[in-house]
Amino acid sequence: MTFWNNPINFIGNWLTGLLTGWHLPVALATILLYIIGITVLIVFAMTLDIGLVWVERKVVARFQDRLGPNRIGPFGLIQPVADIIKMVIKEDITPAGADKIIYNIAPVLAATSVILLWAILPLASTIYGVDLNVGLLYIVAAGALGTLAIIMAGWSSNNKYALLGAFRMVSNMISYEIPMVIILLIPTILANTMSVQGITQAQSGMWFAILSPLALLIFVISAIAELGRSPFDLNEAESEIVAGFHIEYTGMKFGWFYAGELLHAFTFGGFMAILFFGGYGGFFGLEKLAAFGWLNIPFVQALVFITKAMIGYWVIMWVKYSVPRIRIDHMLAFNWKFLVPLALVVLVNTAVLNKVLIDLPGWLYVLGMFGSNIVIGFITVEILRAHGRKQRSLTPPSPQPLHPSGHMSQGERGV
Amino acid sequence: MTAEQIIFILTGALVLGSGLMVVTVRNLLHAALWLVASLFGVAILYAILQANFLAVVQVVVYIGAIAVLFIFAVMLTRRELMEKGRQTRPNRWLPALLGLLILSGLVVLILSVPGVENTAAALPAGLDTVRALGTALVSPDAYVVPFEVASVLMLAALVGAVYVATAEKK
Amino acid sequence: MQNEWLYIGIFLVIGIIVPVVPLVFARLVAPRKPNSIKQSTYECGIETVGESWVQFKAQYYIFALVFLVFDVESVFLFPWALTLKQLPLFVVLEGILFIGILVTGLVYAWRKGMLEWV
Repeated sequence: MTFWNNPINFIGNWLTGLLTGWHLPVALATILLYIIGITVLIVFAMTLDIGLVWVERKVVARFQDRLGPNRIGPFGLIQPVADIIKMVIKEDITPAGADKIIYNIAPVLAATSVILLWAILPLASTIYGVDLNVGLLYIVAAGALGTLAIIMAGWSSNNKYALLGAFRMVSNMISYEIPMVIILLIPTILANTMSVQGITQAQSGMWFAILSPLALLIFVISAIAELGRSPFDLNEAESEIVAGFHIEYTGMKFGWFYAGELLHAFTFGGFMAILFFGGYGGFFGLEKLAAFGWLNIPFVQALVFITKAMIGYWVIMWVKYSVPRIRIDHMLAFNWKFLVPLALVVLVNTAVLNKVLIDLPGWLYVLGMFGSNIVIGFITVEILRAHGRKQRSLTPPSPQPLHPSGHMSQGERGV
Repeated sequence: MTAEQIIFILTGALVLGSGLMVVTVRNLLHAALWLVASLFGVAILYAILQANFLAVVQVVVYIGAIAVLFIFAVMLTRRELMEKGRQTRPNRWLPALLGLLILSGLVVLILSVPGVENTAAALPAGLDTVRALGTALVSPDAYVVPFEVASVLMLAALVGAVYVATAEKK
Repeated sequence: MQNEWLYIGIFLVIGIIVPVVPLVFARLVAPRKPNSIKQSTYECGIETVGESWVQFKAQYYIFALVFLVFDVESVFLFPWALTLKQLPLFVVLEGILFIGILVTGLVYAWRKGMLEWV
């Protein structure tokens, strides 16, 4: 085991040797090592978070055909530092009648629920926190803590708009959790394991995005809804209920909600990469060739992973800044009447076909899985078209046709 | 006193203490949040017992779904979130005596089980507990019938909830 | 095992400390001049009208209930999914039966109008 092959264990062993040489008991040395490793990982995540603030503002600016921050530092790179300093020195106003303890716990819980996800995120084959054998459900569990933080924030602010926003946001998040959990079953079936490392390594031959593109699509939609980003951001609808559940939060507390959301989005981009695009690996067997042996170095793998996560995050931002907001009843109807049945159909299809086709040669398997997804997608679109046609034929035609010059007829004007 | 025992005692204190707070605080929403703390303590207990799947499922289902349902129910039905009225009953000593008797009966019962003081055998290395659980749930000679019956039970719950909700609307 | 959950436990503790540190720092550094206008409830710049508790739609509760049933169902499906590779095809059919029973529940709720945001 060299430093390049297995950096964390190498450094860990060296430090353990050092500490036991200083007559520390092994258990204490292990705990100390854990603390150091965890702090490094969390600091890395937070630094990435600060960088994401810059990325978000530049990207939204480009989507809106403007420049974005470019005054502070080259290309505005120091802007996030200025933002953080601003947030820390702003006055912290607690509204009258707010429930102080819950009011203060909520932003911390929201940030913690996102940080917890980094414990199982595999940056490389040997750079990760832990490899839980129930990794996928752990992701859902961390999301559940986030839901709780939102209810706490909304209720403790003593503000009916905050409460309304929190209710809507939580209904949204829990509704879209169902297709997400059902879709998480698909990499489980395809890789035969729930551990995140196992799923990444099972994709070294073929990405799961190709084996099941519909699962990827449903996962992206549910992930965007879980994050509470546009087009599902009814809780933060600035024109409707003005910042929703975090209306009454100022300064760094609001900062944690905001930064937590960005980091959550990036982490979900990372999970998209892991579950469907091969994570830090997925080179279709290329890394086994001698010429591409450098693809196995952990630092290269970490770079590959961060790139894929950034691409996933960019897709999430792309959707956010291009699509208008969806109304709450449309959102929930879309979930319960379309996404959940579709997710169940894709699950059943994957389970049956995986069992039936597993013995066939590789390319036939891939073709079968991909083809079945295309067929399901086609049938779904046909059903939607028929439904749309029926809806359109039911709507009565408009009562008053416009005058040929474009104005309304004389009797209508001035009423 | 091994480290595991210390962690167990702390977690037990968390579960029992939070449980006590659930029934004594006046503010209903605080009670719901103490319930969340108690459920989280139970998840920690599952983790200590190496039941990974149950620990995460506890958080996902109990905290993520049931606690949220409780909080919704509390917030949607109560105008005032504070419990008014007396917290304690006038004749406290009779129920307290009863509780104490039941507790001592349970302790005697548990201690009389042979082998309860022995440490449990370690799980065989490499056993994937989730897969073993799955195999048990779907094997015809194991628990497949309760597995399917569980789905019928959930269907019954859903139908019941829908019926109650539509009955109220009329 | 012990190592995994110990790691996650320490991660949780440090994950709680890390957000708290800037908040404590902000409390030391930021100005604190509370007055009644700053602390009044925000309602788009005007005075609040009515109490801060409003009658909420019962529909939120119905959605939470349906979510609960489906959440438990999908959690049951995880151990099932892990056995598909080793065991023969009828295991898949058992799972399909499970899913089918719950889909009838969803269809029933749909037909009864429980999934409408009335």
